[in-house]
Amino acid sequence: MIHQAILTLIWIVIKIVVILIPLILAVAYLTMAERKIIGYMQGRIGPNRVGWMGIMQPIVDALKLLLKEGIVPTKSSRYLFLIAPLVSFTAALVTWAIVPFQPGVVLANINAGVLFILAVTSLGVYGILIAGWASNSKYAIFGALRSAAQTISYEIAMGFALVGVLLAANTMNLSQIVLAQQGNIFHWFWLPLFPLFVVYWISGVAETNRAPFDVAEGESEIVAGFHIEYSGISFALFFLAEYASMILISALAVIFFLGGWLSPFAGIPVVEHWFAFVPGMIWFLLKMTIFLYLYLWMRATFPRYRYDQIMRLGWKVLIPVTLVWIVVVGLMVELHVKPWF
Amino acid sequence: MLIQHALFYIFAALAIGSGLCMIFARNPVHSALFLVAAFVSAAVLWILLEAEFLGLALIFVYVGAVMTLFLFVVMMLDTKSIPRREGFVRYLPIALLVVALLVLTMLIVVAPQHFYMTSISPPIHGEDYSNTKALGDVLYTDYAYAFELAAVLLLVAIVAAISLGFRGRKRNTKAQRPQDQISVRREDRIRLVKMTAENRLKNL
Repeated sequence: MIHQAILTLIWIVIKIVVILIPLILAVAYLTMAERKIIGYMQGRIGPNRVGWMGIMQPIVDALKLLLKEGIVPTKSSRYLFLIAPLVSFTAALVTWAIVPFQPGVVLANINAGVLFILAVTSLGVYGILIAGWASNSKYAIFGALRSAAQTISYEIAMGFALVGVLLAANTMNLSQIVLAQQGNIFHWFWLPLFPLFVVYWISGVAETNRAPFDVAEGESEIVAGFHIEYSGISFALFFLAEYASMILISALAVIFFLGGWLSPFAGIPVVEHWFAFVPGMIWFLLKMTIFLYLYLWMRATFPRYRYDQIMRLGWKVLIPVTLVWIVVVGLMVELHVKPWF
Repeated sequence: MLIQHALFYIFAALAIGSGLCMIFARNPVHSALFLVAAFVSAAVLWILLEAEFLGLALIFVYVGAVMTLFLFVVMMLDTKSIPRREGFVRYLPIALLVVALLVLTMLIVVAPQHFYMTSISPPIHGEDYSNTKALGDVLYTDYAYAFELAAVLLLVAIVAAISLGFRGRKRNTKAQRPQDQISVRREDRIRLVKMTAENRLKNL
């Protein structure tokens, strides 16, 4: 009995490590990709000194952050100041437990998957709120308040967009949502749910506080927002959390709208066999990189939104769009519009 | 089963502990955060009872929305200027009375004999059992009217809150019109002027 329990625990821990180590590496090289891609977009070459083509840059950056002195401001609320990055980091990682990479390759195949995602992402706000308050700094608290207000507003739009997905897939289980999109690229949900897809993506960018919605950091107005007082490893945790949730939003976009691990050529006579050898996980990762690139592209392209424009977009544009399209999706499901439903 | 028992005791202790800390914490922000911890532990207990929909909804609604807004307000307060423990002795009798009443009603309503704690074993369902679907089935059939009534109540609350908060636009205030800002073209803002290049050398 007790052996069984310990064995299960060890097995779960091994699975967690197998998911998290590639994730952390992906975060490291996403920062590298960001600097390189934005560099090229702006006519620079980006980091190219450390290793071949600068390939070791993220490792060196991580080492630098780990070796830096961690400073806790004297007038801060010490324990909360130290807990905040942990809360952020945990919330960003926990959701990976339910992401299906391939049929059966998932840590926890839970039924209420979509609800779990919404619950955990809403927990992530606390890391930022606590950090802002505990720092006892004007800029930090402004960043935290902006970020929290933004996250709450866009959570509603995102939730409604996911309601559309639930309607279409008839389940909250992520693996079954992917299976409901069985077929080639035109059978996936991005086509019938296109407005919801766009809304999901915009609110996903806003939830992760990335450009053009990065008023929470707003370097030019509030220096760095909620993590202004953090240094060394606690800053690194915030950084990791931000990039891990970027990757997560991309992965979820793939699961909800782009058919997860499904091949885009399934069911097309000849081409299907050419690509039959490609494992599902490769498709999944390839589709994810599209969204990750989009993140960087948007950052290099758009200027930062003004705060009132962010609120207007969230409440007056995205939410009405989702409300209308949920009704349309309901009708499409009811009338069994082929080939999706 | 063993892990589940351990989880139950850990999170039950956390729920009670953070509930107590919430009352005794001196800083209102700490109190609010302890309340969040209590909510999360309660949600874990519900999930252990296989009520994962309710558990996650508790986190989503109370922790994610209600408590964030609550923290917003509390964080804005100047905690140093609020007098503490004022009139503690004066209100003690009333407080004791309220507590006694609460405890009494709780004892009557949630007494073990109403729930047959001795006879009901914990629910065990197969892997394909989805309590979200089960809940939906009951909610939209047997309790459809109650559900709609609750929805209408919430709508009334929303309308009331907005009408209380919104006092109408003040006169003579300047505001941006987003549609004008969006429809601006380059030609509205920039005038390109053709002119001959200055020749500095000739002027010298």
